[in-house]
Amino acid sequence: MEISPIIRIEKLVKKFPMGKSEFTALNGIELIITRGEFAGLVGPSGSGKTTLLNIVGSLDVPSSGEAFVLGRSIGNLTTKEAARLRKENLGFIFQSYNLLAVYTVYENVEFPLLLLNYSASDRKKMVMDSLEWVGLADKIKSKPPQLSGGECQRVAIARAMVKKPSIVLADEPTANLDAANSHNILKTMVTLNRELKTTFLFATHDDKVISYLRRKIFLLDGNVDREEIKPN
Amino acid sequence: MIKFLLKGLIRDKSRSRLPVIVVATGVMLTVLMHAYIKGLMGDTIEMNARFSNGHVKVMTKAYAENMNQTPNDLALIGTAKMLSNLKNQFPEMEWAQRIQFGGLIDAPDENGETKAQGPALGIGLDLLTAGTKETFRLNLTNSLVRGKMPENKGEVLLSEGLSQKLSVNPGDKVTFIGSTMNGSMTVFNFSVAGTLSFGNEILDKGAIIVDIEDVRNALDMSDATGEILGFFQNGFYDDESAINTSEKFNSAYSGNPDEFAPVMKSLSQQGSMGQYVAMSEYWVNYIAFVFIIAMSLVLWNAGLLGGLRRYGEVGIRLAMGEEKGQVYRTMIFESVIIGLAGSLIGTFLGLFFAWLIQKYGIDISGLMKGSSIMMPSIIRARITPADYYLGFIPGLISTVLGTMLSGIGIYKRQTARLFKELEA
Repeated sequence: MEISPIIRIEKLVKKFPMGKSEFTALNGIELIITRGEFAGLVGPSGSGKTTLLNIVGSLDVPSSGEAFVLGRSIGNLTTKEAARLRKENLGFIFQSYNLLAVYTVYENVEFPLLLLNYSASDRKKMVMDSLEWVGLADKIKSKPPQLSGGECQRVAIARAMVKKPSIVLADEPTANLDAANSHNILKTMVTLNRELKTTFLFATHDDKVISYLRRKIFLLDGNVDREEIKPN
Repeated sequence: MIKFLLKGLIRDKSRSRLPVIVVATGVMLTVLMHAYIKGLMGDTIEMNARFSNGHVKVMTKAYAENMNQTPNDLALIGTAKMLSNLKNQFPEMEWAQRIQFGGLIDAPDENGETKAQGPALGIGLDLLTAGTKETFRLNLTNSLVRGKMPENKGEVLLSEGLSQKLSVNPGDKVTFIGSTMNGSMTVFNFSVAGTLSFGNEILDKGAIIVDIEDVRNALDMSDATGEILGFFQNGFYDDESAINTSEKFNSAYSGNPDEFAPVMKSLSQQGSMGQYVAMSEYWVNYIAFVFIIAMSLVLWNAGLLGGLRRYGEVGIRLAMGEEKGQVYRTMIFESVIIGLAGSLIGTFLGLFFAWLIQKYGIDISGLMKGSSIMMPSIIRARITPADYYLGFIPGLISTVLGTMLSGIGIYKRQTARLFKELEA
């Protein structure tokens, strides 16, 4: 397997205005994530993991330093270029699923493909494939309010994976799930990582998630404190 | 993509049905209120026009100067020719001769002695010619309380109030005592055909309605008339057209120094009616403006709230890679659809209810007791062309503006912040 950096972080600083002073959320982070990793940013609240995830996801920009995602400098992207990066290469999984409640499971998963202008027949095939991966092919006509929390998160994973993105960013994906559903979801993601070679980057402090990570990047006060790599 | 968004819009009742109901209600109220105020102000003008002023009025110059006194000694003569000329020159208008007069009505007892007397305000108009529009114009048939409409010469209609005051009934004889146009005294006997209630305090107190040929006989006004009234065929006063018509007519007599030369005055040029017409226009526009602004603020707010409560959805769409501009445009597209649908439904409903009030009216006769101004006792709405588009100002423009304003937040907020709000 080719070892190539898909995410490269160099001396990344992120500050937020806080009244008259500033709060430093990230303080000179150095990090490289390679293609196909199943890694996680681990740390307590306020350690900077969500901020880092937002910058990698081109939802926010660094105050100084560089964040390269797929070779593109996040700080130098226009809003259009950032949107294009997200549309084509990034998938997001949220803590609270964030499915569009009025649309069916099928339509929720189809949405990213509409933005990419796939044909109807291609969309249908890709959506069904994606729902098969997460085991929800029989629920295509259901709407989110009719699903359990675990099922909703599986739909969210299908939505993130349907366009086969290079990177999936998952912010506390199991926070609203019970233990059984959490393990189920994480096993699904491990399988997708293995079979599709998709890079997964988590932000979490949940032990269940941490136990599945092959690489754990511990953040503390806006900096990388230490790393642990699970041997294959 | 548009199909996808429309599907969501239709399914999400809080994004479609509720806003459409709010917009439709606001638009309906705007249209209805405008038509109602227009009718309220217009009805008073039309009532004065029908009974007294016409939409335009032709008189002698001398008569016009003392119009309030209805000086029949200054009446137009040679009216048959004048009427014929008016019909040729202004075929788009309907013309009617009127003689307003005053006098005393004497009711005799069975011995021929005076039983009761009372002052009367008389209107002489064409009651007996076949196809006359005057009966319809003054709504006489529907105003009949007792008796029947005059069918023969020498028959008179009395207001119900006057008939009760004089204790006379249909079929009884009454005597009119007044003065001719030459100033001599005249006494003329009439038979009471029926009694009327106009729903107007002034007229109901002491009006008498007589065929104009009888008035001519009584007042010695052969081929003469006090006034010739002109009416627009659609029945509604239009100040600009009325003034244009007057100017066109008057230009032919502008150099004539004869005080008996004819002059035409629009309703707004007659006494205090000008002030009333101006005030009416002012109030209609003012009230409509205030109402439209109020409704605009309500609907703007609705659009604003609709946009704000979708920040979560906006966050998802941005995370999926949709551009801010596209999200913004689709929000506006949706608000145009909501605004259009609401405005169309609201305008339809507003016009429907305005039509009901225009046709059947609202009876305010109970409020008019003792009133000394000439106001109709039934208020009717009046639908004008403006009512077909007026509602779209708050309905469409304000809704879209509200959405645009709330959507600006998409640009002003950082994407990460919208994303954060999505989690909230």
